[in-house]
Amino acid sequence: MEGTERMFERMVHEHQHRVFALGLALTGNRHDAEEVAQDTFLRAYRALVTYPPDRIRELKQKPWLHRIALNVVRNRVRGVRPRLVELNGSEPDHSPGPEAGALLKAEMDALAVRVAGLPPRYREAVVLRHVQELSYEEAADALGQPVGTVKSNVHRGLQLLRGGNDDHADD
Amino acid sequence: MTMLTTDLKRLGEVKAPAGFAGRLLAHVGMADSYARFETVLGAVYVAWNRQGVSGAARSASAAEFEAWFRKDVGRQLVAADAPPDLAAKIEDELEGRRRLRFDLRGLTPFEQAVLRKTREIPRGETRPYGWVAREIGRPAAVRAVGTALANNPIPYFIPCHRVVRTDGHIGNYGGGGPEAKRAILSMEGVRVAHLQELARAGFRYQGVKTTKVFCFPTCHTGRHALEKNIVWLRDEASARAAGFRPCKVCRPAAVA
Repeated sequence: MEGTERMFERMVHEHQHRVFALGLALTGNRHDAEEVAQDTFLRAYRALVTYPPDRIRELKQKPWLHRIALNVVRNRVRGVRPRLVELNGSEPDHSPGPEAGALLKAEMDALAVRVAGLPPRYREAVVLRHVQELSYEEAADALGQPVGTVKSNVHRGLQLLRGGNDDHADD
Repeated sequence: MTMLTTDLKRLGEVKAPAGFAGRLLAHVGMADSYARFETVLGAVYVAWNRQGVSGAARSASAAEFEAWFRKDVGRQLVAADAPPDLAAKIEDELEGRRRLRFDLRGLTPFEQAVLRKTREIPRGETRPYGWVAREIGRPAAVRAVGTALANNPIPYFIPCHRVVRTDGHIGNYGGGGPEAKRAILSMEGVRVAHLQELARAGFRYQGVKTTKVFCFPTCHTGRHALEKNIVWLRDEASARAAGFRPCKVCRPAAVA
């Protein structure tokens, strides 16, 4: 039990930024992204305490957390398009690094809104492959789809982002 | 790499908000919350979780308190707003009204027994280390009692400062050294200098001639005895030989 808690704590520290970024790209705003990240880790925790030790040892944390996060977002959205309004400054970002610049932050938020505006199947594929930088195999595994399907969804998603983003900018 | 995929990659490098991990761990009960309180003892940092108060220290800074807690208690700390009634409970507790619950889960059963027994010592009184050892049924473990008290994660509230050496030395104190221990005892109404004089002269108990009861010098039951009725006693054997029986409240010796 103690071991599971330590392991969970390490997992949170190691993957928090990745899961938050995933939430941001999938929902399009930081407020929802934080909720998604929090729900993802809470579900992970509830699952972990029921797992036997060898299952925990063999767990591939990164794809596992991605699968959970995708489900969290799908369950939240339930057919409703994600909100395209940014909650302005709802969560002050004190973290250092390049994205601390207000300009870059605004740029990233605008991009997240565009990505979140994609239809779900393209959005998920593009986010896993290009935002989270999973391999096609990992992305296919997380999505439970054949690699070929993921490739074509990524391709189509990027196409929409390049040319078709006007369709979504005014939503 | 196109501009778009470069941008998408940068989107993946966005950081979670500050404090995200801490809030999450606190939510699942794996991190404790803490805040700084102004008390009669000055500024005290206090940590708590759902079980109760889990740590306290007069640290110089929040960072120092966090580091100490992490090392000593082994969990993470998250700065938080105190529950509305906690400040009042802390104040009451330090004034001798017991209102707090404590989380002692990380300690051994022996350490927990020592701390629980120590909490029974009333404000304004002291007991020797050997008393705690005897009361918890481990009369030979006097040194271990000292160690357990030195590692008390919740000083001030679990009053390890009220446990002193029988030879008149005030003894060590994890909550800020012997000087701090002396200051806190004085604030609580213990006549520290008087107590030390007695101990140096070899007197450990106060007997009252009219009641034929002997007590620890700070026991409140003997406090109103008239000066002319008080005798100072060196040890249990001579007290019993002179016809005194041990006080049932402060229990200076096993009560038959």
